[in-house]
Amino acid sequence: MNTKSAPLTDTYRHAPVGHHENDLEKRLMIDIRDVHKWYGEFHALKAVNLQVHKGERIVICGPSGSGKSTLIRCINRLEEHQRGDIIVDGTELTNDIKHIDQVRREVGMVFQHFNLFPHLTVLENCTLAPIWVRNTPRAEAEETARRYLERVDILEQAEKYPGQLSGGQQQRVAIARSLCMNPRIMLFDEPTSALDPEMIKEVLDVMVELAEEGMTMVVVTHEMGFARTVADSVIFMDQGEIVEYAAPEEFFENPKNERTREFLGQIL
Amino acid sequence: MTEHHQPLPDLPPPITSTGVIGWMRQHLFSSPLNIFLTLLSLYVLSIIVPNIINWAFIDANWTGTDRTVCDANPNGACWTFINVRLNQILFGLYYGQHADQIWRPITAFIILAGLVGLLLLPRLRFKAWLGAGVLLLYPFVAFALIHGEWLGLPVANSSQWGGLMLTFILASVGIVAALPLGILLALGRRSEMPLVRAFSVTYIEFWRGTPLITVLFMASVMLPLFFPSGVEFDKVMRAVIGITLFQSAYTAEAIRGGLQAIPRGQYEAADALGLGYWKKTIFIILPQALKISIPGIVNSFIELFKDTSLVSIIGLLDLLNMAQTASRSIEWKGYDVEAYIFAAMLFWIFCYGISRYSQHLEKTLHRGH
Repeated sequence: MNTKSAPLTDTYRHAPVGHHENDLEKRLMIDIRDVHKWYGEFHALKAVNLQVHKGERIVICGPSGSGKSTLIRCINRLEEHQRGDIIVDGTELTNDIKHIDQVRREVGMVFQHFNLFPHLTVLENCTLAPIWVRNTPRAEAEETARRYLERVDILEQAEKYPGQLSGGQQQRVAIARSLCMNPRIMLFDEPTSALDPEMIKEVLDVMVELAEEGMTMVVVTHEMGFARTVADSVIFMDQGEIVEYAAPEEFFENPKNERTREFLGQIL
Repeated sequence: MTEHHQPLPDLPPPITSTGVIGWMRQHLFSSPLNIFLTLLSLYVLSIIVPNIINWAFIDANWTGTDRTVCDANPNGACWTFINVRLNQILFGLYYGQHADQIWRPITAFIILAGLVGLLLLPRLRFKAWLGAGVLLLYPFVAFALIHGEWLGLPVANSSQWGGLMLTFILASVGIVAALPLGILLALGRRSEMPLVRAFSVTYIEFWRGTPLITVLFMASVMLPLFFPSGVEFDKVMRAVIGITLFQSAYTAEAIRGGLQAIPRGQYEAADALGLGYWKKTIFIILPQALKISIPGIVNSFIELFKDTSLVSIIGLLDLLNMAQTASRSIEWKGYDVEAYIFAAMLFWIFCYGISRYSQHLEKTLHRGH
């Protein structure tokens, strides 16, 4: 492992709370402890605890406004939390810009609205950050980009601009763009919510493939089929709290909380 | 009522509603009032236009070297005057009197045109470097040629520069220097650092709230008061500094508009990839924001190009003022209409050219989003 980028891993031995005690030997990638967040008066996250280990796939669902996007966006500091600790692969997120950049380099994120850079070609979208953040030589960055574009099956569009692609294609490019940074963790913030139904599958297929390769993933989604087949754990959030946290079979067959049952009844 | 309605196929539009006839019917003859207005306009035009054409072309005086030709034929325009005084109107007093030196500003213009033409080639390698080189080095080349002292040529003092050349110098230095300043000010105004933001807001609002003529007047009259006596600031330099400070505030506001149009997702995606503030700004935000700002920037540039005439307040003679001055000389007294028309025509050609180029630029930068 790159010791420079993970200064706290050896000294930090926090025992995860919750139901993953049996995974202790696995490296703790994301450690969220007692995190609170307020938007003005609105209490958006209330004492959230979550531990994600290497290779784990977590799906977060919940009604809109439940704080699931806020939570995932706290993990790479797109949102600032006001209380509690968030430690990502050994680096604690504080106001220190160096720590934030450190975490963002290692954490890839896929957005609901893709957020591709419209003035750059698909290939340039994928090489910009490797070249300017990781100082990868251009030729090498392009080679890597082409490899990932091929993996998401969109290599033939490499010279086009994002505006010329369909939603599903754009989202696959966005995934490739994140992967080009060689992240250790991938965050997905409702990656299929803005897509037409016929394009959802092509994006989910890429995500399933990624999961099969052992990527650590936190996915906010309402695609319950994806949760059932891929997730190690499913989390249900409501009003800023984690209400239910269970393995998928248990989550879908036997939800403990009344609000979870109600929610599942609405979307399944 | 329960019968299923079968619509007939659409008929083709009647010939009278399409093409030239259709357009005329719709726009010029759609009501009695419109018919009346159309006919009235045609009547007025039929009186005015032939007179203009007669005066400007058919009866006009083109030849000769002094006013005797024009005085003999006062019904036509006196283009002889423009012809004789062309050097002065284009290049100012010094070059108007030293025709043998006129190759210097012309060479400077040709070099500039060549470099700009080269930069406009679509596929040119190292374009950015060449562009930066032109921006940094060309002003010295142009100064050496036009002023002359560095090259051992007869010196053309900057107070004797004028005409179209001065308009060009003031406007182009103004816009080139104001653009980077404007970008920094626009970014500063949106900065999260209170001090930077306060400075930018104060600067922009100060210069935007001051008329250019006041700025030039201050630069000319007030500035020397603040410096110890004996320190002489070049007049053209003072005008350029005043114009740059003034123009940068307008450029900043045009660019701020572009910055505000960039969706939050672009910032977030750049953040999520680990790009720092400057890399994010340079690679992601500014290219998009500047593209959106092109119409605003060009608009303020065209305004600046025309407003250079205000430098007459500090005794500099730009295109308009030089033409006016020439028409007030003893030899050509009375031919100021020609002077104004010629100046207006040159202004129009350049402003229209700039406007067309900006439209072309917007189109080539369009990426289908």
